[in-house]
Amino acid sequence: MQQQQGNRFFFNVDWITVLIYIALCAIGFINIYASVPPEQTAVFGFSTLYGKQLIYIITGLILGLSILLFDGRLFNVFSPFIYGGTLLLLMAVLVIGNKVAGNQAWIAIGSFKLQPAEFAKFGTALLLARYVGAFNPKFRDVKSIMIAGLIVGAPLLLIMLQPDTGSALVFLAFMFPLYREGLSGYFLLIFLGMIVLFIADFLVPTYILIIIITTIAGLFIYNNRRKQKIIFSTVLVTVFAIGYLFLIKIAYEKVLAPHQRSRIELMLGLKTDNKGAGYNVIQSQIAIGSGQATGRGFLQGTQTKYGYVPEQSTDFIFSTIGEEWGFIGCSVVIGLYMFLLLRLVNLAERQRSTFSRVYGYSVACILFFHVFINIGMTIGIIPVIGIPLPLISYGGSSLWSFTILLFIFLKLDSNRMGFI
Amino acid sequence: MDQLFNRKYIVQGLFIAIALILLGKLFYIQIISDAAFVSAESNVLRKIYKYPARGAILDRNMKVIVQNEPVYDLMVTPNEVKPFDTLALAQALDITFEDVRKNLKKARGKSSYQATPFLKQISVQSYARLQETLYRFPGFRTQDRTIRHYPDSVGGQLFGYVKEVSPTDIEKSEGFYKPGDYKGKSGLEFSYEETLRGEKGVINTVYDAHNTPQGSYADGKYDVNAVSGERLISGIDMRIQKLGEELMTNKVGAIVAIEPATGEILSLVSSPGYDPNLLVGRNQGNNYMEFIVGNPYRPSLVRPIMGYYPPGSSFKPVDALIGLQEGVIDPNTTFFCPHYYQAGNRKIKCEHFDGSISLRRGIARSCNTYFCYVFQKLITKNGMKNQRQTYQEWRDKVAKFGFGSKLDIDMPYERKGYFYTADHYDKIYGKRWGYTNVISQAIGQGEITATPLQMANAMAIIANRGYYIKPHLIKGIGDKNLVKKEYVVKNYVGVDAKHFEPVIDGMQDAVNTSWGTAILSRIPDVVLCGKTGTVQNPHGKNHSVFIGFAPRDNPKIAIAVIVENAGYGSTYAAPIASYMIEKYLKGSVSSGRAAQVEWMKNQNLLPLLVDKTKKIKLTKADSLLLKKADSAKRIKDSLRIKSATIKQTVTTKPKELKTALTDKPVIQK
Repeated sequence: MQQQQGNRFFFNVDWITVLIYIALCAIGFINIYASVPPEQTAVFGFSTLYGKQLIYIITGLILGLSILLFDGRLFNVFSPFIYGGTLLLLMAVLVIGNKVAGNQAWIAIGSFKLQPAEFAKFGTALLLARYVGAFNPKFRDVKSIMIAGLIVGAPLLLIMLQPDTGSALVFLAFMFPLYREGLSGYFLLIFLGMIVLFIADFLVPTYILIIIITTIAGLFIYNNRRKQKIIFSTVLVTVFAIGYLFLIKIAYEKVLAPHQRSRIELMLGLKTDNKGAGYNVIQSQIAIGSGQATGRGFLQGTQTKYGYVPEQSTDFIFSTIGEEWGFIGCSVVIGLYMFLLLRLVNLAERQRSTFSRVYGYSVACILFFHVFINIGMTIGIIPVIGIPLPLISYGGSSLWSFTILLFIFLKLDSNRMGFI
Repeated sequence: MDQLFNRKYIVQGLFIAIALILLGKLFYIQIISDAAFVSAESNVLRKIYKYPARGAILDRNMKVIVQNEPVYDLMVTPNEVKPFDTLALAQALDITFEDVRKNLKKARGKSSYQATPFLKQISVQSYARLQETLYRFPGFRTQDRTIRHYPDSVGGQLFGYVKEVSPTDIEKSEGFYKPGDYKGKSGLEFSYEETLRGEKGVINTVYDAHNTPQGSYADGKYDVNAVSGERLISGIDMRIQKLGEELMTNKVGAIVAIEPATGEILSLVSSPGYDPNLLVGRNQGNNYMEFIVGNPYRPSLVRPIMGYYPPGSSFKPVDALIGLQEGVIDPNTTFFCPHYYQAGNRKIKCEHFDGSISLRRGIARSCNTYFCYVFQKLITKNGMKNQRQTYQEWRDKVAKFGFGSKLDIDMPYERKGYFYTADHYDKIYGKRWGYTNVISQAIGQGEITATPLQMANAMAIIANRGYYIKPHLIKGIGDKNLVKKEYVVKNYVGVDAKHFEPVIDGMQDAVNTSWGTAILSRIPDVVLCGKTGTVQNPHGKNHSVFIGFAPRDNPKIAIAVIVENAGYGSTYAAPIASYMIEKYLKGSVSSGRAAQVEWMKNQNLLPLLVDKTKKIKLTKADSLLLKKADSAKRIKDSLRIKSATIKQTVTTKPKELKTALTDKPVIQK
């Protein structure tokens, strides 16, 4: 008991997760060090990128460990306030934020720049968990879906206004915790269908798609011609699908910015552009591909060293890993992430309280979205969406927000025997 | 644990599925495909090529006849250019202000990252001026290269020319040539390209994304030094090559001289020729259009190896040799020449009156009748019914002398000439034809054509008494003086050595007796054996032909000279041959004949150009008039050369007498 008392704050913490966390941060530091131009690595200093990242990692670790000092119940209790606070910050950024590269996403506090969208993730996760934990809705009714939609939608909309499509997209990750809590699998299928139709709409003429959709629907109706309900819903889905096709075309022309359009076209292979928007992706793929099986070795990557990949320390950090550590290094990194994600899901499932479980799922799925979109983008299977690789990419806001996200869950997990 | 617990597996399954997709794509771009690796190398590596010096070519006296000259290209890398004093650059380069802007724009159009030529082959003066001020023009640098230089300004067709490679060359070379490389396009430069070109050197430099050089790649491990091309020694004697081209100025035709014992070509003149230096450097394209394409006498036709001429009377020695070998005649056989030969209903005229004529005199006097009889005997020796078969056998024997096939000279575009097989005549005459149908071949007319090279080679065979070595221009490759295997093999023609002497007797008489056909071409102190030919040319005036070799014993030079549309062989071709031979054997033409040489150089024998598209159909009367005028001119020509020679004899009488004296014992021999 004495022993337990002394270790009260760190009792029952899942140290394996912490270890993976530290490993990923270390990988980040090494690769940021490798991706700065050689003349800057000659002298170590805290003004360099990797010097700053080291500060972020150390402060992040202190931040994470101090989160473990809190009482886990506080997060449940204060979740509406945290959520409200992040919403306020998101609104504030639209007014007083600094415009960087067309996005009004940053609030400058002295020399430090804060990105509220990063913090909105755990704010939203907490409130969603609290809602589900308190009311235990099974998402069979419209009302609960609406409420959950509102909780996720409000910050999403505000982020879209910045506009920061990449960060907004991450909020779709909340579909998975809701699915786990009972949301119909059809929502996921519809979501998947929408993505498939979206891509298909660019590759195949719209009228052919309409013919295909109506043919499938017709056959389906013919097979179930006795069941009126199925006929009705099939017709409804078909009409929506066709309407959606036209909506895509209109939205594509009117809503998306030209650079976003060209990114999508590049990814789908509809156009090639070696100098403009396609430059990042091509150079990143070249860097990764040139790593081959074992990589060129630490600090030996020519593409990395001579600055061929733009944004190399932030969004395109994976290209450094790919070039210098090769397929083996990439597999290790992806393996670490997978281990972390699967473990988080397992941890979430062992929670007694729904609050902790929903929050755990949210953390896992947000991380998953980031990893998938970021790596997918650097190897050209997803259009360029500027979101960081969790814990590895350079940047304080993103590192700290992932630290907070993760360590809150670790704290909740360590309290899993108690009541939250 | 509710039923929804199972959804955990769906979520985890999704995670794993996506991870596998990512790994799959990574596996593809990192391990399966090496496209990215190649692109990465080309991102950072710039190869700077070092051009090797092309190999030099020497003549048989080790005089340099093809060499290199340094030139400088001004290169520009457009995106390294900063605003500069355009006027100062224009002045330094001797070009206009507009040119500077135009060239810069052109370079930009090609590539803004790579150095492209701004101005090619700038003068040495400009180069010196620029070196002092180049620092004021960032983005510009000079690149040195070598271009060809031909010190004697002769042998355009012989040496060929070197030109920047074309896209097809690059494609065909399977990666050897890169844009901007140079390659031999014709002549020796073409045939010995692989020996002459040497090996390019390369320096690998690493560049960053801003195109700033970051030093040598892998400490220069993959850098290669340029290796100069190998030296060639040719059999050409530049002294007679030069003399030959001078003699052939304003004449259309060819000269080929061969050293019989080795097959080395001593001189290969194609006229009209051109100065090979015209096809070097900045004005190559313009000069090519102006002097080669623009010349109506077609210098691009390398006449010694591509020109087709009926051998004419110069074919008669071959007839005689085959006749002797086959036993249809012996050195004492005589035929009666009634001033013509009757072949069926055709008459083949002779230009002399001799009555009964022997072999030796027949060759010396170029008796058509004699050789028609020889041919008749050859073709009918197996009976009248077997003429077709016998003709084919005869043709194969003559073909051994090199007629009708390529001699594999080390120059491109050699042609083989026409020399038809029996099958060809079957097509024309059906199965029933005989010697009368093909009799014109007996005197080297009609269907048979040969290149001057083949004619000179036939002379080399007679000089060697029965064999030849394939004629070739290069006798030594590189420092080890290697020579191609096929150029040392003796090719025997199947005629015994003893049969040559009677024929050579006749050829000696042709030049060295008062009744020969080439008596104006005697060389003091040298026994020249030869044969004139006046080749009937259906397209215009007769071609003047001379073939021969000298000296009679242990011959040093065999020669064929053809002057198109010049009339009798004795008038132009024979003297030209004699000057060439004299120069080669003695080092100079004896001063007694020097004036003749000058006279010959000044003769303009270029045929009138007929615009074939506007040709008016001639009436019989017109053509008769033309023929008359032509023959009048022919007579005038021969008078003129005679008068020139006579004039010469007056001015240098003592020497002429001497030569006449030395000639005598030779004739009696």
